[in-house]
Amino acid sequence: MDITKLLNEMLEKKAKGELKAKDRYTIPMQEMPAQDAVARRSNVKEVATGYTAEQAHLEALRCLQCPTAPCIEGCPVRIDIKGFIAAIADGDNSKALEIIKQNSLLPAVCGRVCPQEVQCQEKCTVGKKFKDIGQSVSIGRLERYVADLNQSSAVPAVAPATGKKVAVIGSGPGGIVVAADTRRAGHEVTIFEAFHKPGGVMVYGIPEFRLPKAIVQEELQTLEKMGVKIACNFIVGRTRTIEQLMKEDGFEAVYIGVGAGLPKFMNIPGEQLVGVYSANEYLTRANLMKAYAFGKGADTPIAVSKKVAVLGGGNVAMDAARVAVRLGAEKVYLVYRRSEVEMPARIEEVHHAKEEGVIFCTLQNPKQILGDDKGNVKGMEVLRYELGAPDDSGRRRPVEIPGSEFVLDVDTVIVAIGNGANPLLQQTTPGLQFNKWGNIVVDDNCKTSLEGVYAGGDIVLGAATVILAMGQGRIAAAAINEYLKT
Amino acid sequence: MYEITHKKQLSENAFLMDVQAPLVANARKAGQFVIVSPNTEAGERIPLTVAGADTAAGTIRLIFQRVGKATAQMADLQVGQSLGYVAGPLGKPTHVEKFGTVVCIGGGIGNAPLLPIATAMKEAGNRIISIIGSRNKELLILEEDFKAISDEIIVVTDDGSYGRKALVTQPLEEICQRQPRPDLAVAIGPAIMMKFCCETTKKYNVPTQVSLNTIMVDGTGMCGGCRVEVGGKTQFVCVDGPEFDGHQVNFDQMMKRQGAYKDLEKKAMDQYQEHRCRIGLK
Ligand SMILES: Cc1cc2nc3c(=O)[nH]c(=O)nc-3n(C[C@H](O)[C@H](O)[C@H](O)COP(=O)(O)OP(=O)(O)OC[C@H]3O[C@@H](n4cnc5c(N)ncnc54)[C@H](O)[C@@H]3O)c2cc1C
Ligand code: FES
Repeated sequence: MDITKLLNEMLEKKAKGELKAKDRYTIPMQEMPAQDAVARRSNVKEVATGYTAEQAHLEALRCLQCPTAPCIEGCPVRIDIKGFIAAIADGDNSKALEIIKQNSLLPAVCGRVCPQEVQCQEKCTVGKKFKDIGQSVSIGRLERYVADLNQSSAVPAVAPATGKKVAVIGSGPGGIVVAADTRRAGHEVTIFEAFHKPGGVMVYGIPEFRLPKAIVQEELQTLEKMGVKIACNFIVGRTRTIEQLMKEDGFEAVYIGVGAGLPKFMNIPGEQLVGVYSANEYLTRANLMKAYAFGKGADTPIAVSKKVAVLGGGNVAMDAARVAVRLGAEKVYLVYRRSEVEMPARIEEVHHAKEEGVIFCTLQNPKQILGDDKGNVKGMEVLRYELGAPDDSGRRRPVEIPGSEFVLDVDTVIVAIGNGANPLLQQTTPGLQFNKWGNIVVDDNCKTSLEGVYAGGDIVLGAATVILAMGQGRIAAAAINEYLKT
Repeated sequence: MYEITHKKQLSENAFLMDVQAPLVANARKAGQFVIVSPNTEAGERIPLTVAGADTAAGTIRLIFQRVGKATAQMADLQVGQSLGYVAGPLGKPTHVEKFGTVVCIGGGIGNAPLLPIATAMKEAGNRIISIIGSRNKELLILEEDFKAISDEIIVVTDDGSYGRKALVTQPLEEICQRQPRPDLAVAIGPAIMMKFCCETTKKYNVPTQVSLNTIMVDGTGMCGGCRVEVGGKTQFVCVDGPEFDGHQVNFDQMMKRQGAYKDLEKKAMDQYQEHRCRIGLK
């Protein structure tokens, strides 16, 4: 049916107070409009182009406004989802954004990158009714929609100066939130960032086609307008230590949001060959250093690959595979040890990757990477797996099929199997407590073992998500503001 | 920020620059490096050893060779202009203590990162024997500086146009044969030179430190692009190094990785040369 007509019909019923659950169920789930799958293979523009006003309105009307609102429980920062969707349904988009912003500072980011299908949308009553999470109300898309409408948000008010200084280490989502919240309380805030550009993983890792950098830039500009200082090219632990910041430079509180940032490798033969990258390196070259424009304004090179294997099944692996597609690779294989249902990547990314021609090789695992006499990758020996008996967690464990080895013809291998904790701060911050994986130990308020030092995000949680980093940032900022009162 | 306060051309392609970077000047120790870029946006990030620092002036000294586009752009900058950025100091500082006699072997532009280490070793009370070499007289740098801190200095050139006509490994071997043997060797230069220095010192059981110059991106351990095999294990040069036990380094593999972008780098350099011609730089 014509969407305008359907919307009007539903709105009419709603106005009369006659819009029932059974009517809402008849509204088809609104698909996200996207760039053509072939066209986008050769550009870096955003793939999902966003709901139209009518789509957003209709999608909001699919929400039953059920009394229990289990979606809220599924949200790591407990956004009043029911409330903001009601506002959209009422046609009040700015109220919707206001509601979201009470709990989340980066809705334009989270609407795009949160794994909604394992958070809010997993719990959605509508999805349950259809026994299909894919039929849940598209909460993330609605969040993105209202966030995008209001890109030029006003600069938040800042309380009178307290004369106290807060250092925020790392400019990822956690750091951004802490900077905003502590600055609002009137403290003097400086963000220290190792790279020459702030934004953390949102800038160097997640590609433009999934998260336009302009969105992150906007958030950072808002911070600067609020008076937050951003010191780039500043490696805490090397340029200055945390101790120096606190004892000599007058910072009374510190938030550590340095991310995970130590790529894991497979430890198989051939990983030192030319053409083997960590996903971090590949994505940094492509995103931060803009290697896709090599020779046209950018100077950082990246392998010119014809056949690429990406190892892993998470968001990072999808991003690397899709960047390889855009850099002109003819064949991109995604090699994953388990089956597709186990892939930790967002469903939408898996779907987009397939549309773009990424070839999924599940239940396969590399044994070794083969090189030519110049040390370049010329292939990868892969072993096939099958699903065996379920393990303790109930998941069927992949077991190798002996003798099933074969050689995949590739010239580039990108390892995207996760990140460990970067040891730099551990080496340079005496007294700061870490667990055996190198993650910082914190209490419920994100406070570390050192007085006045707080931490959150990937360096605490291991590789996690933007929303979790943001959530911890909020908790830490509240604790810092409390701490600085005394 | 990052203003160039002094610049000198040391040889056809080697340049020395003092750059404003007070925090780095304060924090840096011998053996550490910085990541610099000639411009702020999409310029390449290049690792350069901090060859010295003046904490009072807040400057660090960089010595670099014009090899690719980024270093060519840097070489074109003049006093009063600024680098895009300087980040650091990075890497672990050199382990400096009184070992006894330390042989310092530098090749080509490797003399630049060697100088601060040799200086620190001297200050720690070691006897310093320097062997510095280059392809020819023209390319030899920092001879005077090494003279000032060395108890003995041997200069070699490949073509014999200056000093002794030899590769650095020849005097190195002679020194290793002396009794008592040197207590430590520090070799910095092209990978192939370090490889042969290590093969030489290994024969005489002289412990040997090398400083590796792999390709880098972030310089903080985040990308793994700088990885090398040391003693059969993967190490990241930017955080685990840049100095390693030379007898454990897999140089052959490292040399292959260093050449990864040769063709692309050449393309960028050619483009830049063309651009320089167009805008009238010689
Ligand atoms: C390719 C990729 C795709 C991803 N996709 C998703 C997704 O779709 N959805 C999702 O929710 N999550 C995703 N994630 C995970 C998410 O990005 C992270 O969980 C989140 O960014 C962590 O935030 P953070 O605040 O801990 O800091 P980060 O974003 O990790 O930023 C840390 C910053 O600190 C800086 N830093 C590090 N050490 C120092 C130091 N010593 N001094 C100064 N600065 C320092 C770093 O340079 C960096 O800029 C993805 C991650 C990657 C790599
Ligand atoms: S340069 Fe990236 S990890 Fe060393």
